[in-house]
Amino acid sequence: MRGSEMYHYRMRRLVDDLMRVLVWLALVVALIPLFSILGEVFSKGVPHLNVDVLISPMPTVGEQGGGIGNAIQGTLITIFLASIMGVPLGVLSGILLSEYGEFKLSSAVRFFNDVLSGFPSIVIGIFSYTVIVTSIGFSVMAAAFALAIIMVPIITRTTEEALKIVPLTVREAALALGIPRWKTLIYIVIRGAKRGIVTGILLAIARVAGESAPILITMGYWRWWFSGLNKPVANLALNIYLFAISPFDNWRNLAWVSALTLTAMILIINVFLRIFTKEKYI
Amino acid sequence: MMGHPYKFEVEKLDAYFGARKVLSNINMKIRDKAVTAIIGPSGCGKTTLLRCLNRMHEIIPGARVHGKVLFNGVNIYDDEIDPVTIRRKIGMVFQKPNPFPMMSIYDNVAIGLKLNGVRERKKLDSAVERALKMANLWDEVKNDLQRSGASLSGGQQQRLCIARALAVEPEAILMDEPCSALDPIATEKIESLIRNLAEEYAVIIVTHNMQQAARVSDFTAFLYLGELIEYGSTRELFENPKNPLTEKYITGRFG
Repeated sequence: MRGSEMYHYRMRRLVDDLMRVLVWLALVVALIPLFSILGEVFSKGVPHLNVDVLISPMPTVGEQGGGIGNAIQGTLITIFLASIMGVPLGVLSGILLSEYGEFKLSSAVRFFNDVLSGFPSIVIGIFSYTVIVTSIGFSVMAAAFALAIIMVPIITRTTEEALKIVPLTVREAALALGIPRWKTLIYIVIRGAKRGIVTGILLAIARVAGESAPILITMGYWRWWFSGLNKPVANLALNIYLFAISPFDNWRNLAWVSALTLTAMILIINVFLRIFTKEKYI
Repeated sequence: MMGHPYKFEVEKLDAYFGARKVLSNINMKIRDKAVTAIIGPSGCGKTTLLRCLNRMHEIIPGARVHGKVLFNGVNIYDDEIDPVTIRRKIGMVFQKPNPFPMMSIYDNVAIGLKLNGVRERKKLDSAVERALKMANLWDEVKNDLQRSGASLSGGQQQRLCIARALAVEPEAILMDEPCSALDPIATEKIESLIRNLAEEYAVIIVTHNMQQAARVSDFTAFLYLGELIEYGSTRELFENPKNPLTEKYITGRFG
């Protein structure tokens, strides 16, 4: 190699190494907060974690022990109710936007959907308050309704994107086989996009599982077990807030356990759905 | 006795995309149990003509058709005709292999029957085997029918798509440049398959490749700027073209 070529080659190697180091550094910096939070939650939560804590309801003032059992139950019920409302609505809207080109309002719906997904969740909480709380009171229904509204735009967006990835040629192949449009949509297109759609649902569930602002406005205080859709239920995110600012040691410990449980729950939901949607085929 | 000597009779067919006319006054009769090739330069309307034969043209927003296409003597554009049943009777193979994603080889072939109400396992099994054999793919995949259709090679995928079309027992097969995405060896396999299919079906193939038209077809139609310039036996058209445009095209002076 000539001298100048040698020089350029060395420079290129140097820049390459430099960039590599920078990229790794960025990764480490990005991961530090994640692991420090996880570490903190685990180290503070695990010592107080036991079966009793997981199955007992909240303690009253002055009472020793107690647990987060009712909050786990309540969180699961709230997410379930929100999903029943939000998932079908979101998936169907996504299908409408992606598959029904003749629908004239598509771009308007898409625009407002995007606006809605950027809405502060507390505003959505206030909306649920005016619609539901003012008629049936603070309740799991009101909270689930707010969470459902948060879920819809996320699911609509991801469903639409997932369906758009299924090539036109695949739809044409199905239609050319004499398969009606609705069957093509359900059995071919949605099947092809299943993974993307489920990922969107999963994202939405994980997002609302940790939501606290709309819950604060719509749920109301409840330290017992679930006792009806028109009553509040306890909630893990709310637990963290209530317990963390309390003056009692055992309550503050329960805040850490709640944080740990909520984190673990979101992790488990993710793992479960991953296994559930594992594909045999590409 | 054959009620209709021709499988398709196209009469005064015009096709549009919105305001743009892409086919104008097409008249041609297509024989059963023969291969008919449609050739012509890019954008001449070959694919559109093919897609008018099984009412696939109209699925594109803004696409319209005027005129008649008789299939077994019945106009498929009559108001009371359901396009879905027409498409079931007239199979189609596309330019790029398009097996259904996330589906096994077996399901790719069986899905047309399944979604048309066939549930009996035995019937499905035998239909899948028959279709894959007709498509000359059976020997290559019979030991692993549960593999993903997308895991096959391009040529195998295209034969899978042909098997998929055959499984619903159509009466005619339309092929839109079925070999343009394939290598010469895979192309040769598909071409010999096309010859075999012509023993039972009316096969209509759109192709860019004039040698291919000459090799596989019995009849050839030459289309130019949306008009049918010449149509006749392949031999006649290639050896003794009547229209100077046809001659110019097949000798490679434009295209």
